[in-house]
Amino acid sequence: MTDPLQPLLDARGLSKLFGGVVALDKLDLQVLQNRILGLIGPNGSGKTTFFNVITGIYPVSAGTVTFDDGDITNLSPQGVYRAGISRTFQRSRLSLELSIFDNIMIGNHKRLDHGLWFNLARRGSFRDQFEQSFAEARELVRVFDPPLAGRMFEAVGGIPMIDRRRIEICRALISRPKLLLLDEPSAGMTHEETTALMDDILEVKERIEDLTIIIIEHEMGVIERTTDTCVVLNFGQKICEGTYQEVAQDNQVQEAYLGIE
Amino acid sequence: MPSPAKIPPLISALAGALGVSGYLILLLHVEEQLAIALLLAGGAVAVLVGVRFGIGTRVTGLAGDHENALNLSAVLVVLIVTGFFYEDHFVLLLVATVIIFVIACLGLNLQFGYSGVLNFAGAAFFGIGCYTAAVMTKNTDVPHLVILVAGGVIAAAVGSLLLLPVLRTTSHYSAVITIAFGLLFKIFLEVNDTLGGPQGLRVDGMNVFGWEFNDNIEIGDSFEASFYVNYIVVGLILLALAFAFVRRVERSWIGLNLDAVRLDETAAASFGLNITRWKITAFTLGNFLTGLAGALFAMMLGYIAPTNFTFGDSLILVSIILLGGIGNPWGLVVATTILIVVPEKLQAIQEYRFLLFSAMVILILLFRPQGLLPRPLRTYLPGWQPK
Repeated sequence: MTDPLQPLLDARGLSKLFGGVVALDKLDLQVLQNRILGLIGPNGSGKTTFFNVITGIYPVSAGTVTFDDGDITNLSPQGVYRAGISRTFQRSRLSLELSIFDNIMIGNHKRLDHGLWFNLARRGSFRDQFEQSFAEARELVRVFDPPLAGRMFEAVGGIPMIDRRRIEICRALISRPKLLLLDEPSAGMTHEETTALMDDILEVKERIEDLTIIIIEHEMGVIERTTDTCVVLNFGQKICEGTYQEVAQDNQVQEAYLGIE
Repeated sequence: MPSPAKIPPLISALAGALGVSGYLILLLHVEEQLAIALLLAGGAVAVLVGVRFGIGTRVTGLAGDHENALNLSAVLVVLIVTGFFYEDHFVLLLVATVIIFVIACLGLNLQFGYSGVLNFAGAAFFGIGCYTAAVMTKNTDVPHLVILVAGGVIAAAVGSLLLLPVLRTTSHYSAVITIAFGLLFKIFLEVNDTLGGPQGLRVDGMNVFGWEFNDNIEIGDSFEASFYVNYIVVGLILLALAFAFVRRVERSWIGLNLDAVRLDETAAASFGLNITRWKITAFTLGNFLTGLAGALFAMMLGYIAPTNFTFGDSLILVSIILLGGIGNPWGLVVATTILIVVPEKLQAIQEYRFLLFSAMVILILLFRPQGLLPRPLRTYLPGWQPK
């Protein structure tokens, strides 16, 4: 059992430059085991870049990232996923022409057998793995939306936005990651839908042991309800850290959001 | 004894097979150009009307639910047509060509339809299979069935030369690389005297355990069938195997990985998929099937030359995939039949066939980008229902 006060993810001096543009500027960020951390800040403050750097989509310009006592700086996206981090994307990246089940199974990659012989010749074993994966996926979807669990073999392109978000979160959760990165899950949804989705996320968090979450969000209601701590970014730097109430009172944060008179 | 519930699909499959065979026999039998044009137009209208009144979706739905019946009736159609024209070389050559081209396109379908790797050098990989057969039948004593496999293996091996540039580029750039390879391949054949230069090479007919494929089949004194029947039988067996193989690939985690790579590489990588591995898998397996088809084709024709493997021929293979429905093996069967049989029968369009193919591809992309038979969603285990 790891020490609960030991950070699960520990980024130190993390920088990311795009040419001359500094997207992340010597950022220090820690997330404790089992917590929900909110990452907020104005547009272009480096929130999504932080996710992309952590998950290996962009190489790091400077700094280190430690996850679960291992160094994951500049690991490939595949390596980061295997280490136990999975994510959703700001603009939904589901495969619309594949079924709900297919999309969730893409997220289950590391727990499936991909051998040629297994897949083509040992159809009995394949069947077992398929049935077990199907049961797990359906169970997970049921937590979010019971009717959706009966439509596992329908194309994602035909279901509404909120359900797509749910599927995307299921895809990220099916592999049982230790850390879940949610990039603006409320984007493109109504207020009611957002509330419903947040209830789902909190419920899932309750059911899964040892799940740590970092959530990027513009809806402050969501941040207030779900997060234990918040980190505010501006121009790639951390300008404030604390609970939502503390952060909301901070002068620098108000300036960053509202501008200075 | 079949249970009562199983009789209707079998009967309808039988009826469908008889109907399709009847139509094909009529089409292949008639020589009058006007009659052929009318038959083709009639077939097209019948299909359109069927689709308009929802019969189309019912038929595809029924076929999807009873795959074995569908498979059997397709084999039946080939056997009926072959039986009817048993001594007609020209028609049987057409049938065998369709079968062999479907095998080649199944390979392309693995690459383009599933993993999204565009291959505009299909004819070149087909040609590698052909030349492998030519060289090996003339210079070695290797059994001919092994030579068929060798055609596929050599095509896959030569394809691996292309892997590095293809993997380092995406979409149209990798397509351009395959175009370049296809052109280089043809030029190489033309200047290489060992491989016959522009004149090409002779290929021995197939011989399996003393069974000479290029002799007509004689039973008694009165019955003589065209030697193409031999190639149709072997081609059909190979096609069934290739078809089952491609189907299994699609209906497994591998098929899912290939789709994920095609649809969104970034998302796929974020969930641990090794993009390179899956592209290599699809490219290599695809080239194997295309080369295998080529080896059989060469043995059947008995003579091959570089002009059989032009960029235009590669484009025909790609247009078969587009016309049939990207990723749907049954679509390939329909599209190959149309693209090979129609120009052979309608002499008037023979000269213009590339023009017509191009026009058709444009029309398909504009009005029905999913192809004649759109690919259905993946079913991992046919007939499986969640408990």
